[in-house]
Amino acid sequence: MAEDEKVSRRDFLLYAMGGWAAIGVGATLYAMYKTWEPLPEVKAQATVKFKLSEVQPGELRVVAWRGKPVFILRKTPDMVSCPDRTIEKEFTVVVGICTHLGCIPNWEADKKIWHCPCHGGEYDACGRNIFGPPPKPLAIPPFKIEGDYIVLGEVGPEYQRLMKG
Amino acid sequence: MKFIDWLDERLAIRQLMKVMLLEYYVPKNINFLWSFGVLIMLVLIILIVSGIFLLMYYKPDANLAFDSVNKTIMMDVEFGWLFRHVHAVGASIMFLVLFIHMGRGIYYGSFKPPRELVWLTGYFLFILMAATAFTGYLLPWGQMSYWAAQTITTLFEKIPVIGPDLVIWIRGNYIVADATLTRFFALHVVFLPLLLIFVTVVHLYAVRIVGSNNEDGIEIPKEEKKKKGIPFWPVFMSKEFFVMSVFLIFFFWLVFYKFDFAMDPINFTPANYLQTPPHIYPEWYFLAFYEVLRGFFFSQNLGLIAFVLSMLLPMFLPWIDKSPIKSGNHRPLFKIAFWIFVLDFIFLTVLGKLPPTGLYGWLGFVGSLVFFAFFIALPIISRIERKELERGGNKQ
Ligand code: HEM
Ligand code: FES
Repeated sequence: MAEDEKVSRRDFLLYAMGGWAAIGVGATLYAMYKTWEPLPEVKAQATVKFKLSEVQPGELRVVAWRGKPVFILRKTPDMVSCPDRTIEKEFTVVVGICTHLGCIPNWEADKKIWHCPCHGGEYDACGRNIFGPPPKPLAIPPFKIEGDYIVLGEVGPEYQRLMKG
Repeated sequence: MKFIDWLDERLAIRQLMKVMLLEYYVPKNINFLWSFGVLIMLVLIILIVSGIFLLMYYKPDANLAFDSVNKTIMMDVEFGWLFRHVHAVGASIMFLVLFIHMGRGIYYGSFKPPRELVWLTGYFLFILMAATAFTGYLLPWGQMSYWAAQTITTLFEKIPVIGPDLVIWIRGNYIVADATLTRFFALHVVFLPLLLIFVTVVHLYAVRIVGSNNEDGIEIPKEEKKKKGIPFWPVFMSKEFFVMSVFLIFFFWLVFYKFDFAMDPINFTPANYLQTPPHIYPEWYFLAFYEVLRGFFFSQNLGLIAFVLSMLLPMFLPWIDKSPIKSGNHRPLFKIAFWIFVLDFIFLTVLGKLPPTGLYGWLGFVGSLVFFAFFIALPIISRIERKELERGGNKQ
C-alpha cells in the first residue's frame, strides 16, 4: 500500500513537471513563431491609388502594390477581348507575378503577350495563361473604382462583380 | 608528460584518444574514396573560418548588404576578395565532396545494417548543408540571390491550406524583403552552423561505434579489427594528410584562377524586386533536383512532389535496398543500376541549366523518370540477389 502511494506520488510529480515543461516549451515556441510574422508596417493594408486615364491605349504601366508589380494595360481593339476580366471596358489589371513560380513576366508588345522568363510561360493580353507551366491566369488584385482612379487593395463593387462572373 | 597526466586524471583524455583515434581501426581494404569524410571536415573548417572574416564587414540589411559585399569586402578590405572567393568556392566544393562521399556510401552499401544511423545522420547533414547554402546565397542581395529565394520560397505556397500564409510567415513580408534577409542571415551564420557541428559530432561518434565499411562490404569481427586494420591515428591520417595537400592545391587553384564558376555574373546586379532576370537557375549543386522539379513540365504539382521525393528518397536507402550483399563490387546488377543513376544525376545537372523548352523539356522528363527508376529497381535487384544466394547455398 505504502509502496503504491509512493509510486503514484512520483507519477504525480512527473506529470506535473512534464505538464509544466510542456506549457513552457509551447509558450516559447509560440513566441518564436510570432516573431517571424510580418511587422505592423508591412501588414498595414497598403493601398495604392492610380489614375487610369493616364495610360495611353496599347500602353502598359507597372504599379508597385504590397511589393508586387501590378500590370495595368489599356487594351486596343486588336487585342483579345474578355469581358469577364476587363475593367472599365478597356483595362487589364493583374498582379504581375507568374502563377507558376512567382517570376515577373515581360510584356512583349509585338506579340501582345506576357512571356515569363523563368520557365517560358505565356499569358494573353487579358492575363490568361495560354502556354507553358502556369496553372492559372494572372490574379486580379482587389480594387475599387473611384471616378478616374483605381484603388488597389480595397474591395469595390466592380471587383466583386468580376469575381462572381 | 606531467601535464598530460594531470589532464588525464580530470578528463580521461587517454581513454578518449584511444576510442576516437588510437584504437579506432580503419580496414586495410579501403581506397581513396574513404578520405572524403575528413576532406568534408576540412572544407567545413575553411567555410567557418572564411565566414567569420566575411562577417566582420558584412551588413545584413537590404540597403547595405550588396555594397558591403561587392564594394567593402571585394574592393576596400585588404584580402577581402580572398575570403569571399574562398567562402564561395568552398561552398561549391563542399557539395562536390559531399556527393562523392554519399556516392561512395551508396556503392559500397555503407548505409546497410549496422550503419543505418551513420547514413541517417549523414543525410541530415546534407539537408542542413543545403539549407545553409540556400540561406547564404541570399546574403549578397544580388539579382540571382533574390530571385532564387523568391522562387524557392514560393514553392511552399503549393502546400494545401496553410501554404499561402506559410510563405508570408517565412518571408516576414508579402515578398522576399529585408525581414527575409535578416532572418536568413541569422540562420546561415548561427543556427545552421551550430546544428551542423552538433550533427557532425553524432555522425563521427556513430562511425566509431560501428566501424568503417570496406571495399568488400564484409564485416570484420571485433577480434580481427586490429590485425585487418590500421589505427586512425597516426597511420590513416598520415595518408589523409597527403590527400588533403593534393586537395588544397586543387582548391586554391580554383580560388585564385577559376573562382568565377562560383560567382554568377547576374549576382553583380543589386536585387530588384520588380525585375526578374531573363534566366534564373540555382547553383550547380541543386541543378539535378531542380531539373526533377521542372521535368514534369505538364503538371506543376507532380513536379513539386517529385522534387520533394528526389531530395528525401535517398534517406530511406537502408529500407529500400535490403539485399544481404553490401558492396557493389559483388553485385553485378546493382553496379549497372548505380552507374546509370550517377550518369543520370550528371545528365540532370547539365539539363538544369538549359532552358526547359521543347526537346530539353522531354529530356528532363525522361531523366527524372530514370532517377526514380533507380529506387524502384533496388528492391527488385535485392530480391534477385537474395534468391540467388539461397540457391547457391553457402557460397560465401
Ligand atoms: C557550413 C557551411 C557553409 C556553407 C555551405 C556556406 C555557404 C555560403 C554561400 C553559398 C554564400 C554566398 C556566397 C557568395 O555569393 O559570396 C555564403 C555567404 C556568407 N556566409 Fe556562408 N556558408 C557556410 C558557413 C558559414 C559560416 C559558419 C559563417 C559565419 C560564421 C558564414 C558566413 C557567411 C557570410 C557573412 C556570407 C555573406 C558574404 C558573402 O556573400 O560573400 N558562412 N555562405
Ligand atoms: S515562374 Fe513563370 S513559368 Fe515558371
